[in-house]
Amino acid sequence: MKRYFRELSVLGALLAVLLGLALLAPAFFSPQPLLTLITREAPTLVVACGMACVIITRQIDISVGSIFSVCSVCAGLLAARGWPLALVLPASVGLGALFGAFNGFLVAVLRLPSIVVTLATMVTLRQGLNLVRQGEFVNLPDHVQWFGLSQTAGQLVLVSTALGLLVAQALAMRHIAAGRYIYAVGTDAETARLAGIRPQLVTLLVFVFIGALTGLGAMMNLAQSPQVQPLTGNGLELKVIAAVVVGGVAISGGRGNLWGAFAGLLLLACVSPALTHLHVEAYWEKAVHGAIILLAVIADGLRSRQSNR
Amino acid sequence: MSSPLLALRQVVKNYGGVRALRGVDFDLRAGEVHALLGENGAGKSTLIKIVTGAHAPDGGTITIEGQLIAELTPAVARTLGIACIYQQPALFPDLTVAENLALRLDATTAHARVDWTARRTYATALLARIGADISPDAEVRYLSMPEQQLVEIACVLGSGARIVIMDEPTASLTQKEQHLLYAVVHDLRKNGVGVIYISHRLEEIFALADRVTVLRDGQSVGTQALRDINEAGLIRLMVGREVAQVFPAAESAPGAPVLSLLGVGCNASGVHDVSFEVRAGEIFGLGGLVGAGRTELARILFGLTPADYGQIKLAGETLQLSSPQQAVSHGIAYVPEDRRRHGVVLELALEQNITMAIHRRLFPTTWLRFGAERALALDYIRALAIKCAGPDAPGGSLSGGNQQKVALARWLATRPKLLILDEPTQGVDVGAKTEIHKIIRRLADEGLAVILISSDLPEVIGMSDRIGVMAHGTLRAILPGGSDPRTVMAAALGTAA
Repeated sequence: MKRYFRELSVLGALLAVLLGLALLAPAFFSPQPLLTLITREAPTLVVACGMACVIITRQIDISVGSIFSVCSVCAGLLAARGWPLALVLPASVGLGALFGAFNGFLVAVLRLPSIVVTLATMVTLRQGLNLVRQGEFVNLPDHVQWFGLSQTAGQLVLVSTALGLLVAQALAMRHIAAGRYIYAVGTDAETARLAGIRPQLVTLLVFVFIGALTGLGAMMNLAQSPQVQPLTGNGLELKVIAAVVVGGVAISGGRGNLWGAFAGLLLLACVSPALTHLHVEAYWEKAVHGAIILLAVIADGLRSRQSNR
Repeated sequence: MSSPLLALRQVVKNYGGVRALRGVDFDLRAGEVHALLGENGAGKSTLIKIVTGAHAPDGGTITIEGQLIAELTPAVARTLGIACIYQQPALFPDLTVAENLALRLDATTAHARVDWTARRTYATALLARIGADISPDAEVRYLSMPEQQLVEIACVLGSGARIVIMDEPTASLTQKEQHLLYAVVHDLRKNGVGVIYISHRLEEIFALADRVTVLRDGQSVGTQALRDINEAGLIRLMVGREVAQVFPAAESAPGAPVLSLLGVGCNASGVHDVSFEVRAGEIFGLGGLVGAGRTELARILFGLTPADYGQIKLAGETLQLSSPQQAVSHGIAYVPEDRRRHGVVLELALEQNITMAIHRRLFPTTWLRFGAERALALDYIRALAIKCAGPDAPGGSLSGGNQQKVALARWLATRPKLLILDEPTQGVDVGAKTEIHKIIRRLADEGLAVILISSDLPEVIGMSDRIGVMAHGTLRAILPGGSDPRTVMAAALGTAA
């Protein structure tokens, strides 16, 4: 109980917000809008799962937004050329993994700081995409949206995919040795190395992993609209990092889990509709997000100061 | 006679429960070179930290030129003209030599304009004065270790200090720079500066110093003029006590050789031409002073800094060790020196710490088996008598001695043939120390080959079946266990044994 206090407190905050909404704006809970809200967050959740791993390894990846855009546009173009979804999906995932591997190689093998490496990838991919596409939209063939299913069925597929991944990865992080390596490398890479774990390999794979998940997230986003706009994924990195940090993953590595990240993501995602339902101007959304992040970081700071004593 | 430049009276310093200094008297006269000598952990560093104001003493008085100093802080020490050259240069690597000197020597306010031409000229003059051939515009990061040390020396010279402390200043210097340093010391003495000189090299002390104070177990055991004492006398003062502790005796005779080294060396870590053998059931002690190359040798054996030449054989098989994974798979275990940094992961649960190196064996089917992990952890907690709240308690909640046992458990779990222990009882209380000694002996009796690196002279002499003494990166002597501490110390100091 005490061990998961941080995660439980985020969950508590989320429940409090939901309770408040239930009392003040019960309309929030009407099924269709709620499902749409959750579906919209499904790609973000998938990327956040990867980000949690990266941050637990004491690295960061701020290029996910750009990778997301590039994967979206490429997948959209392939689909528009008539590729079946069964081929577009692995192509998008593979492309994301490739970018991830590039980041991972620079960070793990050449030992460059991940914030600089992924900043460079972020800017390069974003500008490269602008240059090539000149801001053009990609119109998607009909069979892409909702995978050719009805809207509700498509939404359910997306949401269950995201949740399935979350559960599978959370279990793996706890029950597979590889998961433990991630924590060990994030807390103390040198001790891990002395114990026969290969920190460089772990770091490389974690970057490949988040890249692949970003490619998957891009596909999940693609299926929600009739066209791909090139600005999709802008700011995704901040959203994802915020969710993970609010959820109790320590930015200094080695601590936190996916459930916390999930709760953090939902908490942040609730802000915008909550404000709408409470008739507060939407401009306040970012301010509330900022306040929540600040609160989480302060809580972590106080905690680590306490445990250092 | 006028009052001494610096006088310490009955200075006491405790770190937690450890009594680092127990009432030390020390005098430094103007124009003298006063050597400070003692084993590792005798209190030399603590004494220096008190003189430079880095640590406040818990008792005793400090007098400078007859004036009682109530509170000696680093800033006060600086205004009083106390300067220190440490073993490792502490310069700003991204700044030039002249900028480094200016930063150290300018006592101006933060917003004052800096006259760079003057600073450059001054730096050039200072470097010329000590005879160093270093450009004032060179960035410090591109200087070699000895060159950086010379810049440090220039700093101290330029500060016009009246009391200069040199802590093993020649450790990183080559012959040529050593002579420059000696000239600087003579120069300082001529100008009435008091120099406190710390070194393990006895020949250096005899060549440079006027008087010597020997510290042992946090106490001064005597100050002598160097013309009144010889090397043997100094060593006797340093070692002094008889080995009073009782160490567990071996119950079985050593078996077949497990590890044999033939002319092993590594250029990067300065280890050269090391040859010895360790047998099953034997504790092979590695003694020597800090920086003699013992940890470096251990790192070679664990594949952390691969050997450049020589032959390493384990159980008859010649090994090419280039990574810890290889070392582990061949049955070599290494419990590193600094357990706070590289031994126990403080945030991870005890059981996870213990199983860290054996995931492949304990979980052959990928899935972690928490039951098996817990059972294994409980076995080791019982076998090593680890005091803890339970196997899921985080590593950080344990005392030093128990953390050491956890680090040991992790490596015993790999079922090694050769166990390398680097300072296993450093910072551990007396009770836990005895316990760890018993565990080490029991492991050897069970047939493990053990290399025990220890700077604690009684420990390495009392625990080892044979003692390899290292100095300056190579093995100087192999002595039988229970040897006379003076013989061991003489070998470690590199004097003729």
